[in-house]
Amino acid sequence: MGNEGGGKRTEFLDSDISQKRGSEPLRRTSDGRSSESAPGRRFDPIFKRPGLRPRRAELLVSLPTLLWLGLFIVVPTLLVFVIAFRPANPYGGIGGGWTLDTIRALGTPNYLTIAWRTLWISLLTTALCLVLAVPSGYTIARASRKWRNRLLMLVVVPFWTSFLVRVFAWKSLLHPEGMIKKALEALGLVGPETTLLYHPAAVVLVMVYTFLPFTILPIYAAAEKFDYRLLEAARDLGARPFQAFRKIFLPGVRRGILTALLVVFIPALGSYIIPDLVGGPGSEMLGNKIAQRVFTDRNLPHASALSAVLVLAVLAPLIAVLVLQRKNKKADIIMGEAP
Amino acid sequence: MRRSRFPVVVTALVGVFFYLPIVLLVANSFNPARFSSRWQGFSLVWYARLFESPEIWQALKNTLIIALSVTAVSTVLGTMAAFALHRYGASRLQRVHYTLIYQPLVVPEILMGISLLMFFVAAGVPLGLFTIFLAHVTFCISYVAMTVLGRLQDFDFSMIEAARDLGASPWQSARKVLLPLLMPGIAAGALLAFTLSVDDFVITFFVAGPGSTTLPLRIYSMIKYGSPPMINALSTLLLAVTLTAVLVSQRLVNLRGGEARRPGT
Repeated sequence: MGNEGGGKRTEFLDSDISQKRGSEPLRRTSDGRSSESAPGRRFDPIFKRPGLRPRRAELLVSLPTLLWLGLFIVVPTLLVFVIAFRPANPYGGIGGGWTLDTIRALGTPNYLTIAWRTLWISLLTTALCLVLAVPSGYTIARASRKWRNRLLMLVVVPFWTSFLVRVFAWKSLLHPEGMIKKALEALGLVGPETTLLYHPAAVVLVMVYTFLPFTILPIYAAAEKFDYRLLEAARDLGARPFQAFRKIFLPGVRRGILTALLVVFIPALGSYIIPDLVGGPGSEMLGNKIAQRVFTDRNLPHASALSAVLVLAVLAPLIAVLVLQRKNKKADIIMGEAP
Repeated sequence: MRRSRFPVVVTALVGVFFYLPIVLLVANSFNPARFSSRWQGFSLVWYARLFESPEIWQALKNTLIIALSVTAVSTVLGTMAAFALHRYGASRLQRVHYTLIYQPLVVPEILMGISLLMFFVAAGVPLGLFTIFLAHVTFCISYVAMTVLGRLQDFDFSMIEAARDLGASPWQSARKVLLPLLMPGIAAGALLAFTLSVDDFVITFFVAGPGSTTLPLRIYSMIKYGSPPMINALSTLLLAVTLTAVLVSQRLVNLRGGEARRPGT
């Protein structure tokens, strides 16, 4: 998963893109639910055999992954919360007994600065991604079929490549001897003393670069389903282009925007490599502190406490968006829109 | 209604923004100059240096050992999970199952890395290739499961019924009808797992031990302390490998309907 957080996950987050692509639209049953709500009913012929009751068959196919993920996701996550209350031992391990000192240490101004910076860098990144992704998603959705596929490929392909490589590419561009610096110098925009690297702005730039495709894809998926006659109608009724865009198009693609928010903001909160490689000491984020506690101070309880904060910070927007999406879904059903 | 040209302009700029760094990086890997702003002619000197470095070969070996075993295990587990989710999707157990599988797709990687590190330390498992393997399988399962699930949702299950009606046993209909038709999906999932494993840095960084340096770990230490031109060369090679894998897997995912119905293709 070469991409810090962002990863290739968007493909799956937006079911519109990955799971339903090319398949026929969901058939809706009379109760308003899609027929896929009880998936695989016709699967029975395989599993129906004497001596293998459905329940047992279900356990047989799900237990391996349930056990694996339980052991390597659930247990470790719980452990993070437990270890936060343990003292550190001098050998870089976990000591005996319990303590609240680590949790108390989180309230120091130093950490509050880091937490605030993590928040604003993530928010700014998300906002910039949306500003760039909405016009791009719109353009791709309105392009001819041939161009649409080409453009989508262009968005997706480079970002399946190593995340580290992409960050490095920017690092060398922004380097004092790099292209961008030299170009700006030649244009007289910056002096030879200016450093472009090791600055929060560089962190935001590279984060936008990393997360932008994952913003474009869900917005494109929503824009593709949007009925553009609505925009024409708005224009006919006297709306100016920007008004029509803001009042008709944006609400029309809100689900895509929500998904995009989620897939940028959450991984952005957990960023670590980007501030580590292109940011300086003045752009450290929560992830850098966690890594420092692990690799430099060898203080696992402290790292755990910080991670616990990050887990909670990640859960908040996740739950918020899920609630919003559920509300939207209800509204859609009332208005008779397709899911 | 005349459409505004603004969105097209933004999209074009985004395209330049996306590709400029990558193109320059590839170009610079053939540039013998130490600093990228001066072009001094075409040369393969950095590639030659790269191939002389024993650390790179060791890292490549580790990466391939991990990626191949991760691909094998996560493809089997992920495919089984996709079956379970598709067949019993409505049950409470499967909802838990789905939430668990969804986890690695949303949670920042650093959290997965640190929690697995805590787990291995607490359980006394020595850090090394084995812990990297366990960590990679954990997130690869999710991607394989989601890829195969997408395929299953498009699958026409009346074909299984037909096979059964024609006298095939449940096992036969699964093996001779379902599996061949799902093969493109499973293969795409496997390729995805392979590329993800080869590429992963954050999680690997946390659970790696002495002697288990992988290529991304190697690249990271080169970026931090080493020679930039050699990273250009290594990055270009990696780009070529991952791009090929991605294009092949996209091909597989897009094989649908008529094409996919021919078993053995």
